[in-house]
Amino acid sequence: MQIARVVGTVVSTQKNRKFEGAKLLLVQPIDPDDKPRGNAVLAVDGVGAGVNEKVLVVLEGRAAGEALGKKAAPVDAAIVGIIDQIEFNDNLK
Amino acid sequence: MHLARVIGDVVVTRKDENLTGLKLLILQPLTPGREPAGRTLVAVDSVGAGVGEEVFFVRGKEASFPFYPVEAPVDAGIVGIVDHWTIG
Repeated sequence: MQIARVVGTVVSTQKNRKFEGAKLLLVQPIDPDDKPRGNAVLAVDGVGAGVNEKVLVVLEGRAAGEALGKKAAPVDAAIVGIIDQIEFNDNLK
Repeated sequence: MHLARVIGDVVVTRKDENLTGLKLLILQPLTPGREPAGRTLVAVDSVGAGVGEEVFFVRGKEASFPFYPVEAPVDAGIVGIVDHWTIG
């Protein structure tokens, strides 16, 4: 999983029907120390996250489909948790 | 599978119900020479690993197999604590 920050919302009307009822958010992967890393991606939200929140994102198809609660959904990223706290030791890197 | 060092942990209260009770740790993947290899990631722990330990982890849906039949929505999981490794 990746740590990410929610940076935006996405609205789509015409879409695969497995996306019906799903919330799409734009998430920017970040390091544990909050630095942006790589490109922002679209993720379905399974937990009710909002803009600016720090979240846990799965970047794998089947796991993302499970978070959405649908089999064979054409998704590859999902928010599975809202992060309360991160503790890490940079010296261990 | 990949070698990594556990460098931290993540606390997540509001989450997918199939993540309930699972421990989430921050990993720094390592080269065989113990150099950092790529970006850090969060992995679910099934072996009782802790911060500072060297572990090996699996990527993909297979990371949820230790929790079967619960279908945990995870894409990386620690499946072993490394006692030591040698090169050559």
